[in-house]
Amino acid sequence: MIIDELADKTVFLTGGTGFVGTALIERVLHDLPTTKLVLLIRPGRRASAAARFEREILKNNCFDSLRAAVGSERFRSMVEQRITVVEGDVGSDGLGLDAEGLRRLGECDVAIHSAATVSFDAPIDSAVEVNLLGPSRVATTYREACERTGRIGHLVCVSTAYVAGSRRGDAHEESLAESNLYPKVSWRSEVEAARRMRSEVEVESRNRENLERFRKLAAREVGAAGVALLADRTDRIRQDWVKEQLVILGKARAASLGWPDAYAYTKAFGEIALSEQGHNLAISVVRPSIIESALERPYPGWIRGFRMAEPVIISFARGLLAEFPGVTEGTIDVIPVDLVVSAILAVAAQDGPQAIKYYHVASGSTNPLRYGQLLRLVRTYFGEHPLYDDRGQPIKLPEWENPGRSKIKRQLVRANKALDLVDQVASLLPLRGSKLSFASDLDEKREAAKRALTYVDLYGSYAECEANYLVDNLLELRASLDQDDLDSFDFDPRQVDWERFVPEVHLPSIVQHSRVKTAPTSNTSTAAARRRRQLSNILDPSPKLVAFDLENTIISANVVDSFAFLSTKRLSTGERNTMLASLLIEGPSLLKLDRSDRSDFLRFFYKRYAGADPAQLGEDSWNLLSEYLLMKVFPSAIARVRQHRALGHRTVLITGALDFVVRPLAPLFDEIVAAEMSVDEHGRLTGEVPVTPPIGESRAAILSEVAVRHGLSLQETIAYADSTSDLPMLEAAGIAVCVNPEAKLLTIAQRRGWRIENWSKAQGQPSLVLPIGGRR
Amino acid sequence: MSPRPGFSLEVDRSTPPTLMWHGDGFRLEKLPVGSRVLYPPEPLDPTKDVDGAIEFALTHPVGDSEPLDALLSPDMKLVIAFDDVSLPLPQMKAPDIRQRIIETILEHAASVGVEDVTLIAALALHRRMTETELRHAVGSRVYDSFHPRGRLLQHDAEDEANMVHLGLTEHGEDVELNRHAVEADLLVYVNINLVSMDGGHKSVATGLASYRSIKHHHNVATMVHSRSFMDMHNSELHTSNWRMGRFIKDAGVKIFQIETTLNTNTFPDSFSFLATREWEWTLRERASYLGAKKSLDLAPPWLAREIMHKVRSPYQLTGVHAGEVEEVHKKTLQNVFRQQLVHVEGQSDILTMGLPFIGPYNVNSIMNPILVYCLGLGYLFNMYLKKPLVRQGGVVIMSHPNRPEFDSSFHPSYIDFYDQVLTETTDPRIIESKYEESFARDPWYIHLYRNANAYHGVHPFYMWYWGAHALEHLGGVIIVGGDPGATRRLGFQPASTMTDAIEMATSIVGRDPSLIHLHTPPLLMAEVN
Repeated sequence: MIIDELADKTVFLTGGTGFVGTALIERVLHDLPTTKLVLLIRPGRRASAAARFEREILKNNCFDSLRAAVGSERFRSMVEQRITVVEGDVGSDGLGLDAEGLRRLGECDVAIHSAATVSFDAPIDSAVEVNLLGPSRVATTYREACERTGRIGHLVCVSTAYVAGSRRGDAHEESLAESNLYPKVSWRSEVEAARRMRSEVEVESRNRENLERFRKLAAREVGAAGVALLADRTDRIRQDWVKEQLVILGKARAASLGWPDAYAYTKAFGEIALSEQGHNLAISVVRPSIIESALERPYPGWIRGFRMAEPVIISFARGLLAEFPGVTEGTIDVIPVDLVVSAILAVAAQDGPQAIKYYHVASGSTNPLRYGQLLRLVRTYFGEHPLYDDRGQPIKLPEWENPGRSKIKRQLVRANKALDLVDQVASLLPLRGSKLSFASDLDEKREAAKRALTYVDLYGSYAECEANYLVDNLLELRASLDQDDLDSFDFDPRQVDWERFVPEVHLPSIVQHSRVKTAPTSNTSTAAARRRRQLSNILDPSPKLVAFDLENTIISANVVDSFAFLSTKRLSTGERNTMLASLLIEGPSLLKLDRSDRSDFLRFFYKRYAGADPAQLGEDSWNLLSEYLLMKVFPSAIARVRQHRALGHRTVLITGALDFVVRPLAPLFDEIVAAEMSVDEHGRLTGEVPVTPPIGESRAAILSEVAVRHGLSLQETIAYADSTSDLPMLEAAGIAVCVNPEAKLLTIAQRRGWRIENWSKAQGQPSLVLPIGGRR
Repeated sequence: MSPRPGFSLEVDRSTPPTLMWHGDGFRLEKLPVGSRVLYPPEPLDPTKDVDGAIEFALTHPVGDSEPLDALLSPDMKLVIAFDDVSLPLPQMKAPDIRQRIIETILEHAASVGVEDVTLIAALALHRRMTETELRHAVGSRVYDSFHPRGRLLQHDAEDEANMVHLGLTEHGEDVELNRHAVEADLLVYVNINLVSMDGGHKSVATGLASYRSIKHHHNVATMVHSRSFMDMHNSELHTSNWRMGRFIKDAGVKIFQIETTLNTNTFPDSFSFLATREWEWTLRERASYLGAKKSLDLAPPWLAREIMHKVRSPYQLTGVHAGEVEEVHKKTLQNVFRQQLVHVEGQSDILTMGLPFIGPYNVNSIMNPILVYCLGLGYLFNMYLKKPLVRQGGVVIMSHPNRPEFDSSFHPSYIDFYDQVLTETTDPRIIESKYEESFARDPWYIHLYRNANAYHGVHPFYMWYWGAHALEHLGGVIIVGGDPGATRRLGFQPASTMTDAIEMATSIVGRDPSLIHLHTPPLLMAEVN
């Protein structure tokens, strides 16, 4: 009957790249041999709609069994004959369709609208555009398109059972607009308010206090990295803040009207708005509950995207989420995706109803999965099939209890704050490289804690939901099906055996899907493999420009050391000590200046060289090299420079040190860019550095200038540096390598996946080599 | 009482534990009953009038050489070359014997009116000496009058403009020497002969030569055919150097060789327990042993090293001879053997040795694993005439911490050799054919050799070749107390105690092995029948 009803019909579909949409396309191709599809796909930023169709839909493993069954040639011709892709966007009026697209839409017998912003933490305004306005937009456009061809179309909208909101007891398959359980609020004013919120928050984000706060946050994150980077970072923080505010506002508005989150709230008002569209268009609304992996079709366990319950379950199995709130006796209403698809197609095959008809596709009222039961199944499963950590050890499951949501939240918030504090302290300490390994663990822990908090926030209400979604309409529809239909399109929620489905179908599928470690083998292999991959990219023989910072990247010394060495080289022991003592006294203030602005610091410090004889310094620099710098080099750094040169890469040293100090290192590099000091009329150093020293932001410019000079693009550059002040150069370079990074840079490097090198001095040198000349 | 000769002690139940070097410190080890411990002869009585002896040598040359004064003339070009910081070990108390000889030569030159005098440290491919080291070797008076005028030089084998290729020997060996030496009217060489390998034609033919020239005898084939390289009559190393020396002479380079020998009075009084046979230790020596051991064990390694490297040796002169190279060297060897030779009957299954904190190549620096290898398998293993102390297929057990520590200023190419070469292979022949050239020609190493104080890039390879003969000969090498990672990197086995090491060795040489311990300091040379 379904096959017959939909035979030779054309179905318009939105949301084809989504979970339900993809399964629906596969089912149509597989079971409805003469039905055609018109897909509305939004072009991506880089890919056209057609390309997205190829990459995001056809490449999905959903189609594997069909392709294997008919052969890829037939599959291809099947797709070409029966599927048309039109560009458009449910977020804009008229669905962004051109004339041709509208014509095609008008020829469609049924339209299925399954596009939605499913994320629970979408900003209110974008959730409103897609979820609230989407259905009516589709309805309006479809009706108008049909009017041209003189037909009355049938629109099937995919909504969610959770439009019922945080209400206990039975939820009926009826219009929200007509129910007195829901506040009489105009959806139009909700749209207007959401749009206004966006502009208000945008304005607020630009007030003085906020901008100052963002700048401070950015500075804490990237340090003295230069204006451009700081500005960029500041605005990114501002945008994130705007988004966060809109999420919070959405959640607050939803809660005030009795919905758990902006998703359910906007979907609910989407239905209410849709209910005004009844004339000249038949409308059915399908409300699935939580859609999970497939029971049978296309194969048991098929799933797409990381959905709601999966991250929670995986986090639990990885030991990240110790507790999760929920009512043990409560129902967690889950429905396999293929049942949803079957229901949608069965509804689509019906004659369009006179008045809008609603169908719940949910399991809770007829075949409930209890929350406690789910927990037991999950615990048993991971007890038998544990996940493994990087060391190849099985992860121990935390005791999953049922404390109230607010208690867990309080704990998590506290943990989060503590971790943040430790992180801030770590970034203030003068620690580098491997000494900071605890900080990198910390970052991971903080991420985990944050994630856990988000889950509790987002999904907590679903686990605590005590609504009972009645399925009378759905079962009535099922009763009308014949045996052929039931063979291919049975959507009876009662057929799911949870005791089998959860451990045998669903859990193995999401474990595989989430690519977690399920075997103790190849421990640390992923990290090691990543490091190998990074290194082979770095040591790729194609032409490259490789820039190195000097201090703490190649040598664990700085400009102050060099000065101390050179200035004491020719002094008597007594004078030497006086000299060093004065430098030590000045130490803290110099350090402070260095932290706030490196360029100022260098200029201030270099004044000390005023009046020195450049020839003598040049001569003494050889001793500096042999007796001090070479004793403090990182041999691995020297080896790396030489490796690059052996590969034919062009190497450049970019340093704020003075040229006569680094001249003895010249043969190591192809080129050296260093600070230069001017000479007065008597041939003595002036202590002034006329050109900006090559540090901070100017390094990025130097890198790109040198690259251009050698006919290389920035993509073909590699930068090695140790400090956040080098961020502009690291960001500009094609590949960034952080050497013994300080705390801030370590965090940034880990997030960006940059290679981190922990290089040290050769073993055996005294840990403290004083920068005093004339000793060895 | 005249000094007692060296002898071989058989360990019995009443023998006290044997003192062994262990890097910067010492250990007392109980050796199995029946082991033999080789004690060197006691220090020879020194020459009483050093200045008189030097004066006598210069005026009474050996071989067909005229006295120094007869070789000097006012407008001549005089070049004085001298041994570098690798000799003697440890550095001797001031005044260094080189200083006394150079000062005497300069007095003679001044009295004749020679004005064109240049001093050259004969570095070969060693690191340049620091100012402090140069001042110590030649004395501050000489340093201050020659260095500022650019007349105190250090040999630079990579300074192409200042090297002269004299030609090929009959064996096709390149002879390339420092231009100053070649163009001098007289080249005076001031040597210190600590072991029998030093001196002779090797002084000039190696000390003032280039890589191109040195590689003809510093290679694996030569070294495995030098049995031992301490015995010039059975040493390919020396045969090649002698060919080159004669070639140099025939090319017209006039050499006046001055060789000195020292007794084995190696350590100052506070360390007298090092040179005293253990059962003869006085109460004071016991106390100073305990004190020294405790403080060195407690000090961090770098501090223990600094303390030991500050030790200046009270070496005394036992002979000084001047004149024609080969005749001078014969006299020198007589003196060396008189001081160092010990007769031994028969080889052993196991040879044990304690390795000290210092070798020729880590003066004022770190004894890295490659130098540990070279000191044990290169130097100490080769301190024999006739036959090695340990049989073919036997085991050498060395005692040293062997930490993976490096001096990144003096030994940069060693670090890369350790990280890049030894991780691939420890086979000397593969190392030579696959890696030597690239290290030897490396511009960065050459830069550091010429301008900083780094050993030449090829130097770690020579260290490895030095041990090639031992590697071929031995069935295994164990380092007691050695860092396990570094020890395995060398291709050896680590053991935590001497007892464990001997137990491990039995799996190679069989049960109830015979054992000889080479008791140093001071140095000794074994004649094995």
